Amino acid sequence: MSDATNVKDLLIRVCVGTGGLAAGSQEVIDEFGRQLGDRGIEAEIVKKCVNKTGCRGFCAKDVLVDIIIGGKSETYQLISTDKVGRIVEEHILKGEPVKEWLVGPEYHSFHDRQTKILLKQCGHIDPEDIQAYLAIGGYEGAKKALSGKPAAVIDEIKSSGLRGRGGAGFPTGLKWEICSKAEGHPKYIICNADEGDPGAFMDRSVIEGNPHSVIEGMIIAGYAIGASYGYVYIRAEYPLAIHRLKIAISDARSRGFLGKNISGSGFDFDIRIKEGAGAFICGEETALIASIEGKRGMPRAKPPFPAHKGLWGKPTVINNVETLANLPAIITNGGKWYASIGTEKSKGTKVFALTGRIKNTGLIEVPMGISLKEIIYDIGGGCEKNRKFKAVQTGGPSGGCIPASHIDMPVDYESLMGVGSMMGSGGMVVMDETTCMVDMSKFFLSFTQSESCGKCVPCRVGTKRMLEILTRITEGKGKEGDIELLLELGTNIKATSLCGLGMSAPNPVLSTVRFFREEYEAHIREGICPASVCKALRRYVVNVEMCKMCGKCFKACPSGAITWEKKKPASIDKGKCIKCGACYEACPFSAIT
Amino acid sequence: MSDNKIKITINGTETLCNREDTILKAAKRAGVHIPTLCNDERLEPYGGCRLCIVEVKGVARPLTACTTPVAENMEVVTESDTIRKMRAHVIELLLSNHPNDCMRCEKTGDCALQNLSYEYGVDGSRYEGEKWDLPIREDNPFITYEPNKCILCGRCTRICNEVVMAGTIELTGRGFNSMPDTAFRKPRTLENCEFCGQCVSTCPTGALTDRKGRGKGRSYEMKKVKTTCSYCGTGCNFYLNVKDNKVVKVTSAYEAPVNQGNLCIKGRYGYDFIHHPDRIKTPLIRKGDKFVEASWDEALELVADKFNELIKKYGREKVGGFSSSRCTNEENYLLSKWVRCAIGSNNVDNCARV
Amino acid sequence: MPDIDTLFLFGSNPTEGHPIVSHWLKKALRKGAKLVVGDPRKTWMARRADVWLNLKPGSNIAMMNGLVNVILQNGWENKEFIAKRTEGFEEIREKVKEYDLDRVEKLTGVSKENIIEAARLYSHAEKAMIVYGLGVTEHRTGTENAMAIANLALVCGQLGRPSTGIMALRGQNNVQGASDLGPLPATLPGYQSVADDKGREKFEKAWGVKISPKPGLKSVEMLDECRRGNFKGIFILGEDPAQTDPDLKHVWGALEAVEFLVVQDIFHTETTKFAHVILPGASFAEKDGTFTNGERRVQRVRKAIEPLSGMAEWQVLSRLSTLMGYPMNYNHPSEIMDEIASLVPIYGGISYDRLDNGGIQWPCPTKDHPGTTTLYTDLFSRPGGLAKFIALDHSGSGEVPDEQYPYVLITGRVREHYNNGSMTKRSAGINDVVPEELLEINPADAKQLNINHGEYVKVSSRRGEIKVKAKVTDRSQAGNVFLTFHHREALSNILTSGFRDPITGTPEYKSCAVRIEK
Repeated sequence: MSDATNVKDLLIRVCVGTGGLAAGSQEVIDEFGRQLGDRGIEAEIVKKCVNKTGCRGFCAKDVLVDIIIGGKSETYQLISTDKVGRIVEEHILKGEPVKEWLVGPEYHSFHDRQTKILLKQCGHIDPEDIQAYLAIGGYEGAKKALSGKPAAVIDEIKSSGLRGRGGAGFPTGLKWEICSKAEGHPKYIICNADEGDPGAFMDRSVIEGNPHSVIEGMIIAGYAIGASYGYVYIRAEYPLAIHRLKIAISDARSRGFLGKNISGSGFDFDIRIKEGAGAFICGEETALIASIEGKRGMPRAKPPFPAHKGLWGKPTVINNVETLANLPAIITNGGKWYASIGTEKSKGTKVFALTGRIKNTGLIEVPMGISLKEIIYDIGGGCEKNRKFKAVQTGGPSGGCIPASHIDMPVDYESLMGVGSMMGSGGMVVMDETTCMVDMSKFFLSFTQSESCGKCVPCRVGTKRMLEILTRITEGKGKEGDIELLLELGTNIKATSLCGLGMSAPNPVLSTVRFFREEYEAHIREGICPASVCKALRRYVVNVEMCKMCGKCFKACPSGAITWEKKKPASIDKGKCIKCGACYEACPFSAIT
Repeated sequence: MSDNKIKITINGTETLCNREDTILKAAKRAGVHIPTLCNDERLEPYGGCRLCIVEVKGVARPLTACTTPVAENMEVVTESDTIRKMRAHVIELLLSNHPNDCMRCEKTGDCALQNLSYEYGVDGSRYEGEKWDLPIREDNPFITYEPNKCILCGRCTRICNEVVMAGTIELTGRGFNSMPDTAFRKPRTLENCEFCGQCVSTCPTGALTDRKGRGKGRSYEMKKVKTTCSYCGTGCNFYLNVKDNKVVKVTSAYEAPVNQGNLCIKGRYGYDFIHHPDRIKTPLIRKGDKFVEASWDEALELVADKFNELIKKYGREKVGGFSSSRCTNEENYLLSKWVRCAIGSNNVDNCARV
Repeated sequence: MPDIDTLFLFGSNPTEGHPIVSHWLKKALRKGAKLVVGDPRKTWMARRADVWLNLKPGSNIAMMNGLVNVILQNGWENKEFIAKRTEGFEEIREKVKEYDLDRVEKLTGVSKENIIEAARLYSHAEKAMIVYGLGVTEHRTGTENAMAIANLALVCGQLGRPSTGIMALRGQNNVQGASDLGPLPATLPGYQSVADDKGREKFEKAWGVKISPKPGLKSVEMLDECRRGNFKGIFILGEDPAQTDPDLKHVWGALEAVEFLVVQDIFHTETTKFAHVILPGASFAEKDGTFTNGERRVQRVRKAIEPLSGMAEWQVLSRLSTLMGYPMNYNHPSEIMDEIASLVPIYGGISYDRLDNGGIQWPCPTKDHPGTTTLYTDLFSRPGGLAKFIALDHSGSGEVPDEQYPYVLITGRVREHYNNGSMTKRSAGINDVVPEELLEINPADAKQLNINHGEYVKVSSRRGEIKVKAKVTDRSQAGNVFLTFHHREALSNILTSGFRDPITGTPEYKSCAVRIEK
């Protein structure tokens, strides 16, 4: 057939990350197979040209499909099975892309402002095929590392300036050095893939999209510290990531990248997966260790640090997924190359999960030091419905809230700490003018309270008391002195808690009190929620001038709070109003506010 | 020996301590009191209650003395305004979820939380939030569990798992609702519990108490007599708690070299036999098929006469005595002496062989 | 003890029999010590063992010889220790050759793999300790069993250093003290032989009497003589042979036959039924005194309440003795201890005023001696200070299962009760959680006999029968059943045999043949 040449040069790439799969990417792949098959193309050839890839970040537009013919690539967005036929017919067979389904300029602006090291291959290579990873130079970093001395690897990482991507940003090379010099054998390297922040999915995407990069990173780290055994601690709620990691580990073993005498270097190394049961606290390194040891996931006091006494009491390094996945590129390209990206103290790139009230939600990788503004406006496209940007929460539930006034600040470890927040693992939740800061703090605190392990008093009881105070403020029962009590509690909890969870749990409250104290005061003193979020503080009033006297609100009201007669404006009895918002929704003229 | 000692400063005073000590141990050695609720020397350091926080020069945050190892030339301050305020805050939080019914609590007078509340002058009344309102659990004959009084110090669960390795209880749940409990909240039975009462022995509050001793007397009303267990050959020590000439309870002797406060079900709960109505309280002399009560004089004269008669009639070699491994050293010695001197034979043996 | 890196537990179930000792062993396990357990029952420790030697009852010597053989075959022995601190090695080297793996597997029922692994673990350990219990001694070959264990320890040199050695866990609270202080027919207090003139003269002088150099009768011999009508009067202090001795019908016959029997006890027991006079005893809460524990630690017993009957045993014995014409005048038990200290060198430095802080471990010869924690650090207590290997042969239990009595009955303790149960069965709660005797039987055996969990069964031996409830559990291996001896309602010692260790007189409680019927 005349199209055979087209088909031979054809490559169809479909995102099969969790986001893509949820949007129906497997069905889209099947449909491509069926449509191509119907047109007489052999299954073997179809199989070759349809390529599954990991997440490329722009989850808002899933399913994303690349059609590459003769090297020329076009990307479609929001593809569903019913659209496949036309793409096959017009684009693949006739060479005419279906213009109206192609990605728009925001796709390009989303990507163009990013610097991709880690996510470079996610969305391009098939994560379930080791050959694809090898084809792009995979495991070259590990080979290079293993050809030299462990100390040389540590030096290289130190010169790169890489800092831990899991939270506090401890210099990775230094951590390794401490562990490599610690007494005790065997030593362990643990990959922390217990990603628990609400709305964060950086680590999941990396493992789903490029699992071999994590394995290669672990080999490098293991070699550097003298560990011949590694654990990947990953939450069981990540079944796809676990599945792909298992395939990758097995393939790496059969290719000799794991096991005895890796690549003839004399270095033995293997990896075991430990599935976590979804406790947020198990992301804390000592709790994670306890969990691997079969105990209840609870942190313990440091010192001693895991680098001295970790898993089974032996020296252990725990790095998170992103840290480890950075290593192959650093070893391959050299520490200096990596250090050339970023700021003086924060080197390289950082992956963020951009969520909340923002147009382009998704996964982004940006150089350290990029401004918040660039992330939110240039990459994220600004707030939804063009509302006013109010604040951004970084560092997950225990991070802090940064107000719009700081939008020009650079994103790096020190700057974030400076405003009472932190880098954390990379969650970035954007808030607009319709977000109530008290309510937001309450949300994050209810998360940390219910995830508190219960071991130490300030975290277990203190966050509960803070949550109760926040709850009463949002219910209109706030009292004078509540803000001061929150500050006192928050300060003491930070000072006396056992682990990072408790030490940072008050951050959302403390930072919002710092930047949005007037919102708290409005709740307490005036009984008003300025963002109209807190239900108990909402007041529904009929704007008489706008009321067209249609009576729709009267009919909608379930509690008989609205009085209305024909040709007369409605009015609302505050005593009877249950603040359900039915009238607000029912009014066609926005006369109820 | 000397190279194992290092010098640290506690509250401005230099002191020598062991290299492997924690700050808490070093302070104790130096006679400095640091409050704690979750520490028990039988257990691994825990750092959960946060009361033993101290200031260490050069460290920004306060550190828990129970978990922090000492280091050469470390400078520690155990009491300061900041530290006292932080401790008071922690106690206040604990009391904010505590029944504070000390008047009728079994533990009153012997309760670490009560003492700290007194010492730091705080209660939980500033916080008006949720308090646990869980029923008392008396699902077994020995251990009463009042979850509302639990402060989550984890001592009960740790002693159950670290020392006894019985796995009866573990912390369950998360956040404010974490609490020690059995798996699936099943009642304690021999299937899941040894009833050794180690959990009770380590509980600093009234959450876990010995059911058999409840209401029998306040700790400070008891005469506490330290003694050695009369069951197996381990030689555990404990205190017999006596009120009105009755043994009403057994409590732990934490300083005991053999058992350090630990006991088994027999040692801790096997004491009621002392006052059991079946006890023989007067000598009994057989008359036909029956035993008739007799006075000591009557009985002992009869026994003495009868043994002397047997010796006279059959010879010393036909009379003897058995002693028991259950009796004291002094009694065993005395029986041996009695047989050899009063009877005049070597026919004396004990049950050690059986 | 927690520094042990391999623990070899043999014929001991410390989690039931010695719960607090088991804490120390558990601590070692938590720190990563390897565990080898030799026990026919699948005990708590056996379940957690790296190697479980599930040997048949009565095959201890074969087991030990087999282990030593594996060690010598592989060259795993401690040659330096054998050369410097032992003698008689050649003899045992030849003897254990007869115990090759095939034969030992057959005699013990333990797989070859497990025997090799146990030998490897014990011999390769830096600090290995053997802890053994009544599963070793309560056999007719009890003494030889213990010697066989010593052979193993000597071959590997696991002795005389901290966290090594052999520890025997004995049954009762003051079994050590009772042996130390002389209610024994052949020795005077402090293991001083009646036949030794110098020792005997010391006591004769102190006590003011003549003592026969000829050993008296052991308790079993006294009972045997009673049955024959040759023994006329017995004073039993706090003992219950009519429940806790083996082959009870034999014992009952003896107690019935004796002309005059005085029993002093705190409760009515099976034995008091036979008494002519019963004297009330004082419980441990009612008197001052001392107990000596399994690690030779002399500790105080203190009076908490007045004796319910008005007098404690030491007062009763003193008065009785005085009435019989030999006056004893003690004002307090501390005076008795002072007398002991003056006559018994190993207790020489012990007095009540020194026992207030935790007790003292004997030997403690003088007032300023701190006591002794470890024995045999340099020399063994034999002439020349060398330990001697003793070549031993397997001979098995006195009674082995046959067609008529096809099961092996093992008897022992459970954690909740104690001996004849007179105390624990009268303690609130304990009797609620363990109210009655249960026959532990393997699921396979129960199935074959069509016995259900909780059903009453008849257990009989050549000496009698009892009725008990069955507890179907894999704690018993097929072919073995288990009973305790705590319950008067089901006197399991009716079943046990009269076989005894000829050296110590210890009965074979751990093995006899029984039949089980519905």
